[in-house]
Amino acid sequence: MPPPRTGRPPEPWAPQGERVNIIVCVKQVPDTEAPIRIKTDGSGIDETALNLVMNYYDEHATEAGLRLREQFGGSVTLLSVGHERAKEALRTGLAMGADEAILISDSAAEGVDHLGLARVLAEVIRSLPHDVVICGKISTDDNAGIVGPALAEYLNLPQATAIAHLEVDAMGTSAVVHREVEGGVEVLQVPFPAVLTVERSLNEPRYPSLPGIMKAKRKEIKTLNLAAARLTPSTVGAAASRTVLASLSTPPKRKAGRILDGDMDQAVAAIVAFLKDEAKVL
Amino acid sequence: MSHDVWVVVEHQDGLAKKISLELLGCARALAAAWSGKVVAFVPGGSTSQVAAALGARGADMVFAAEHPLLQRYTTDGYATVLTEALRADPPAVALFGATSQGRDLAPRVAARLGVGIVTDCTSVGVQDGTLVATRPMYTRKAIGTIRFKETAPRIAVVLPAMYPLPPEQPQRKAEIRSWPVQLDARAIRTTVREVKTIQRETIPLIDADIIVSGGRGMKGPENFALLDALARALGGAVGSSRPPVDSGWVPHDYEIGQTGKTVSPQVYLACGISGAPQHLAGMSGSKHIIAINKDPNAPLLQLADLGIVGDLFQILPKLTDAVKRVKSSP
Ligand SMILES: Cc1cc2nc3c(=O)[nH]c(=O)nc-3n(C[C@H](O)[C@H](O)[C@H](O)COP(=O)(O)OP(=O)(O)OC[C@H]3O[C@@H](n4cnc5c(N)ncnc54)[C@H](O)[C@@H]3O)c2cc1C
Repeated sequence: MPPPRTGRPPEPWAPQGERVNIIVCVKQVPDTEAPIRIKTDGSGIDETALNLVMNYYDEHATEAGLRLREQFGGSVTLLSVGHERAKEALRTGLAMGADEAILISDSAAEGVDHLGLARVLAEVIRSLPHDVVICGKISTDDNAGIVGPALAEYLNLPQATAIAHLEVDAMGTSAVVHREVEGGVEVLQVPFPAVLTVERSLNEPRYPSLPGIMKAKRKEIKTLNLAAARLTPSTVGAAASRTVLASLSTPPKRKAGRILDGDMDQAVAAIVAFLKDEAKVL
Repeated sequence: MSHDVWVVVEHQDGLAKKISLELLGCARALAAAWSGKVVAFVPGGSTSQVAAALGARGADMVFAAEHPLLQRYTTDGYATVLTEALRADPPAVALFGATSQGRDLAPRVAARLGVGIVTDCTSVGVQDGTLVATRPMYTRKAIGTIRFKETAPRIAVVLPAMYPLPPEQPQRKAEIRSWPVQLDARAIRTTVREVKTIQRETIPLIDADIIVSGGRGMKGPENFALLDALARALGGAVGSSRPPVDSGWVPHDYEIGQTGKTVSPQVYLACGISGAPQHLAGMSGSKHIIAINKDPNAPLLQLADLGIVGDLFQILPKLTDAVKRVKSSP
């Protein structure tokens, strides 16, 4: 077991020639609009006929990266762990304007848990210049929200999660962010390099332009396997996962209700009676 | 590894947050299955008042981790203290609330310890000796059952309102110990400049037993006053679907659904909300659902326990008056 860490002072850091190296982590997920089909053995969902898209929050993360690049110069590199098909999600980000995209794809990573996923991303990010790493606050397939903070831990960087406002100082060396907390807003200063995860109220993602889409089609997407990231299935594969999806089932059906259509006074009386007698809150 | 179950307690103004008390209830059931103890871990700048109240809510032992640097939540400060504590005396399970703090902290702690974590849990229990959690997945079109492998501890981040508040038992006492905290200011890399509180006339969504929620059918920001009035009369909170947030009628923290909050109140009363899957994802676990919609084909009317086909602008003022009448009659 590693010795307990009491944390360490921020490492000295300066952006290289005012260029900011921005990494955006992207996941491909089922379109939230689409119905899903659970496999008969409950082991997961059938993705073959499914419309897969870039995770909604990752559009906001990509947008945040592009705006930083516009402000400071530098580059936006997209990273994704997934199947070959996940290149489509990366192309969405390239079409928005990202400079480069890397897919880490390896059948040996099948069954990886969120911490394993973060470890893979961390190993790849370590080999790239990175001043700020941006993720969505959650991905809409499982809403887990684990990868961002875990990534920050593995990279030993400070984190700010679910940010709704981002202001980077003129030197590009730290950021002031707003986080929605229960009953208020937390204003936090974060030194760079840092890991940020973004809330949807942070920005309005741009639509890919037509030339952007054409350019993205021609861009080469670099593909890495686990070995290229100096990882083995025994450290990040199913065997190393600390949690296992035992089964997936359809949610229990709610029992059928009543629908009233007619007189307003009757409707009001019905609601009051419901609150009193059934919900017992009045 | 012990068989104890830890609850990481959040508190404000000397009072434990509702979600933390709910977690003590969840922890009691788990501890019973394993014959372990329920331990409340209370980090903060001052903890004695909150610590003293936790025995009555089901804690057997309270660790008060008091330090000036813990007065305000920071990821680095809290993660340092928690990982050291969990390493020193690993319980079987550590429970966190799915709050802005819990969601920020728990994954960081899990990564540092290299232990299993499941977030957004709707239940945490023991099946054939194994810890399992359930959670909604895929816009709540599915429920996943996740099995934890044996790591010490295992971390579950639990959604609000999944467990009832444990009844207060004033004669029940916990042993309170102070947990030694060694924390260097330099270990905290972020600086909290301020926490701006937003004053609302109604209670926070996360604490509400009754939520009155408005959608695009509210037509404009001024009409949310109708919902405020009803929520106040009922002692509830006001929420919304996404369009009112996108139109700037209400702040983002009102939003319920896939890209907002997940709530499970006793009563969810939806006004002018059609019932898109992304909205249902955040509220279909509510105990009772009432929907008011002028379109008889709105999906939410079909899902509701009580669906009212009608104009919300006619119904809401009358409903508020009727509720006030009931409340004021002895
Ligand atoms: C990735 C993604 C994530 C999303 N996340 C969320 C989320 O978290 N939460 C969310 O809510 N949505 C979310 N959405 C949006 C969602 O798809 C719907 O667009 C949204 O929920 C619709 O909101 P609504 O029901 O208020 O509006 P509408 O669908 O426009 O419905 C308005 C309803 O009001 C009724 N109405 C109008 N006037 C009256 C009246 N006078 N009296 C009574 N009824 C009236 C109408 O009949 C109608 O049914 C998401 C979408 C995407 C793509």
